[in-house]
Amino acid sequence: MKNYSLSLLVILLNFVFTSQGYAEVQSLRGDVIETPSTASEVKDYLKDQHPLNRDYLQQPPLIPHQVEGYMVNLKHNKCLSCHSWQNYKLHNATKISQTHFQSRDGAIMSNVSARRYFCQQCHVPQVNAPPLVDNTFDSIETMRIN
Amino acid sequence: MSKQYKIFGASIGVVFVAFLIGIFFWGGFNWAMEATNTEQFCISCHEMRDNVYAEYVQTVHYANRTGVRATCPDCHVPKEWVYKIKRKIQASNELYHKALGSIDTREKFEAKRLQLAQNVWRAMKETDSRECRNCHEYGSMDYVKQGRRGREEHQAGLDSGMTCIDCHKGIAHQLPDMKNIDASAVLRKH
Repeated sequence: MKNYSLSLLVILLNFVFTSQGYAEVQSLRGDVIETPSTASEVKDYLKDQHPLNRDYLQQPPLIPHQVEGYMVNLKHNKCLSCHSWQNYKLHNATKISQTHFQSRDGAIMSNVSARRYFCQQCHVPQVNAPPLVDNTFDSIETMRIN
Repeated sequence: MSKQYKIFGASIGVVFVAFLIGIFFWGGFNWAMEATNTEQFCISCHEMRDNVYAEYVQTVHYANRTGVRATCPDCHVPKEWVYKIKRKIQASNELYHKALGSIDTREKFEAKRLQLAQNVWRAMKETDSRECRNCHEYGSMDYVKQGRRGREEHQAGLDSGMTCIDCHKGIAHQLPDMKNIDASAVLRKH
């Protein structure tokens, strides 16, 4: 009988603590976890524009146009239909840099290296949105275009 | 007895009945042809439903901002009667291959995708992308309202005698495996 009431107490306490525990957990969007989260605002990608400035030396250039529906898979790379060395002049596009032909072992390949093939791992299109985290980042003077 | 009127040796009544039968069969023929001209008919075969249709529903011609949709026949069957009949006769070859089971698995379809895509590209090139232009006519395009890239490419391309399909390949279905024929060559201008 004693054992029985003890386990009942444990269960009750457990219930009290866990329900309080849930109430304290907040999701990253600020919602309480039990309530349905509010959908984040839909943001539109910026329309075609001229190349965007870089903010630091090793920054992969940003994509200054929309890329919806552009397929990059094992069979085809839509980005390269304009940005490859073969095609960039025809389409007045930026050509991919020489670094993209280097394999992870440092060998220079005749075509884009596998580790550089999936463009959007590094290059991303932009939306007009405030920074997710407030920060004081500023590009170095030598990278700034007046 | 009143005088009997005759047209080409047949009485008025016979001519009238023949006329009605004519309407019935002509209407029936066109009705049956239009019935094969629907998306529902196209995807009644699993070859279409599981491959090209499944890819198409992820593209802009299926779902977009304004809710205008282009279904299979809008792009793949000509609107003008003569060209439509010609295409429908060609389709008998597709029935033959349906019976043979030429692309009845995903693997068989993928193996033939390049050939099938090239057939469509060739046909579109020959007709100056007629089915595209049912909606996207160059003459109606306001280049000023287009994006920076579209404005430049459309004017340069169309002025040099190119047609929609020369650049806009793989817009409604996935592109074939082209590693043997240079992945970028197929979208190149010249």
